[in-house]
Amino acid sequence: MESNFILELLGNNIWAYLITAAIPLVFVVVYALVAILGELKIASWVQDRLGPMRTGPWGIIQPVAEVVKLLQKEDITPRNANKPLFNTAPFVVFTGSFAAFAVIPYSSKFIPADINLGVFYIFAVSSFTVIAILMGGWASNNKYSVLGAVRSASQMISYEIPTSLSIIAIAALSNTLSVSGIINSQSGWFWNWNLLGGQGSAIKYLFIPFLLVLFIVYFVGSLAEANRTPFDIPEGESEIVGGYHTEYSSMKFAMFYFAEYANMYVVSAMITIMFLGGWNSPFGDFMNSPIWQAFWFIAKAMSFVFVQLWLRWTLPRVRVDQLMHICWKVMLPAAFVSLIGISLLGVIK
Amino acid sequence: MSEIRDVAIDLGNVHTEHMKLNVGPQHPSTHGVLRLMVELEGEIVVDVVPHIGYLHRCFEKVCEQNTYTQIVPYVDRMDYVNSMNNELPYVIGVEKLLGITVSERIEAIRVICAELDRIASHEIAVATFGMDAGAFTPFLYLFRDREKILWVLEKLSGSRLLYNYIRIGGLMRDVYPTFKDDLRDIIKTVRETNAEINNLLNDNKIFVERCANIGILPPDVAINYGASGPMLRASGVRHDLRRVDPYSIYNKLDFEVCVGTGTMGTVGDSWDRNWVRMLEMEQSLRIIEQAMEMITDSSEDVRAGIPKRIAPKGELYSRAENPKGELGFYIVGDGKAKPQRVKGRSPCYVNLSIIPEISKGYMFADLIIILGSIDIVLGEIDR
Repeated sequence: MESNFILELLGNNIWAYLITAAIPLVFVVVYALVAILGELKIASWVQDRLGPMRTGPWGIIQPVAEVVKLLQKEDITPRNANKPLFNTAPFVVFTGSFAAFAVIPYSSKFIPADINLGVFYIFAVSSFTVIAILMGGWASNNKYSVLGAVRSASQMISYEIPTSLSIIAIAALSNTLSVSGIINSQSGWFWNWNLLGGQGSAIKYLFIPFLLVLFIVYFVGSLAEANRTPFDIPEGESEIVGGYHTEYSSMKFAMFYFAEYANMYVVSAMITIMFLGGWNSPFGDFMNSPIWQAFWFIAKAMSFVFVQLWLRWTLPRVRVDQLMHICWKVMLPAAFVSLIGISLLGVIK
Repeated sequence: MSEIRDVAIDLGNVHTEHMKLNVGPQHPSTHGVLRLMVELEGEIVVDVVPHIGYLHRCFEKVCEQNTYTQIVPYVDRMDYVNSMNNELPYVIGVEKLLGITVSERIEAIRVICAELDRIASHEIAVATFGMDAGAFTPFLYLFRDREKILWVLEKLSGSRLLYNYIRIGGLMRDVYPTFKDDLRDIIKTVRETNAEINNLLNDNKIFVERCANIGILPPDVAINYGASGPMLRASGVRHDLRRVDPYSIYNKLDFEVCVGTGTMGTVGDSWDRNWVRMLEMEQSLRIIEQAMEMITDSSEDVRAGIPKRIAPKGELYSRAENPKGELGFYIVGDGKAKPQRVKGRSPCYVNLSIIPEISKGYMFADLIIILGSIDIVLGEIDR
């Protein structure tokens, strides 16, 4: 297993697999704390204020304080809720988000599971979240929650179609669905990234418009799938209060919260894998050792997490029918046309 | 439990029900303690019934127990984001009953205070309207600016929101020496921020899509319901009490009456109502600039004109252009120190009554936008 240095070091035994599974979990927790702080701080910088300043220097311990606060809160289950579904939903939502981390690489020497359907797998397990949101919203026995859950289900299922089309296009370009395969097909300098046509002769530059369209389609679709602004309709605060998580409190609420942040990283990592060369350094072999690769991958993914936060604090929210309009009448045709264009490029290569 | 039953499904007999949704009183977008009973068909609003009264404080009854001077701070608490404009019609009304006039300098200070509060009130309206649409950042930009206005009014009167500054026959105290510098500072900041808000919010494609052609209020419906203020003007009716029935020194000032033109959609839609408020802020700044010139430094005592005994006889309806619309007081005095009756005519109350008329057939998310565009303050509706 050359893609997993832990298995190489410790051999093929249970401890090696446990450690392999533990590293993404630790990463998710640390990442969630960083992202929560990032959200607080970026929001405050956008809004011309300081943000949290009292908890530690410049408020850097604030996310810890928030998690501790949520842990201390009373865990309320509404009396008329469907208890099994209500209590399971937060775990299902987190499972769905965390399962995707199994194939998200860090560097060429550490992909927790280098399966040959990696991208497809991420896409499949991310759909878990829909089930959980529908479960939570329905079981809460609250009209706002049901509205939020139904909106969320329709939104996420609709947006999976254009995003899956862009995944198909990338698969056609790279001839593989494996994460490491897609990334390796983009090795070398940054002009080998899929956003710029992947490896190949100069004719690939003619197809950049298609790839740009696919990139935008995937990015917008991923915003909708992660329920981020301007598509945060399922939890649209001003209309349906909290949407599907209105009735949740304490750690169960934190699970939804965690899952949302984990999802943000998953979609950003997908963009990085599919369009931005994954772990590859932009400068060929320069700074391309496995450790630097981890840096590049996380840096690329985090920059997209940043863009998501930035958008959240800038844009208003669209309406449900407008959301569907964007998906079915704008993004889907664009994705189809681009898919045909990319298939042509795949044939030429 | 696990027996298998044949369930006959009669597709001809499937019926759907409308969902009744209780919006408020603890809902983030009802701008206070308003409760809307909404009947939904899927996401489409079929019926809306506003339920009010959660903030009822017996304003009119309390007025009968208090002297004319004691009512001034109570009037403040009607539209609590906009106290100066509440004081103005009441004080003008009592002054008319008593037959006293105040100097132009005092009137100019009153007008400046009222216009400052009008800007503050419109800033809240635009800010919360943006937040109803999901834009959080303009909210904080506008509140930052509003804070500057509140600081000036606090320097003047000693309190942030409920000023009790305009007194019958005068003012609480004279302006402080650097008052004009502060005003110039505010005028500059508000202009800068409003340009930024136009970029960030009002011209934003998503925002325009959300607000344009939503909650269209035709002019005839607006007049029939008795709507006033930006709500009426957005429908294209050029009606502003400062022009139509000038009080104080408004007839000496040069300003425009802004009306909705349907820039982004139809005349009288939610976007127009918001836009009229943006335009009115600019006009208020112009008024302040002109009224500033009228405050000449003098040794006049602004408290000198306050009568020792206030016991008017007679009845009168006094009205003024509030940021929300026409605020009126019907004051009945019977020659005693306490009024026999004070009736408040609340613009928000009248404007809110239009919501069932203009929100049917739109989606639930639009209902929130429509409610936000009306700009209500529950303290005034319930009184």
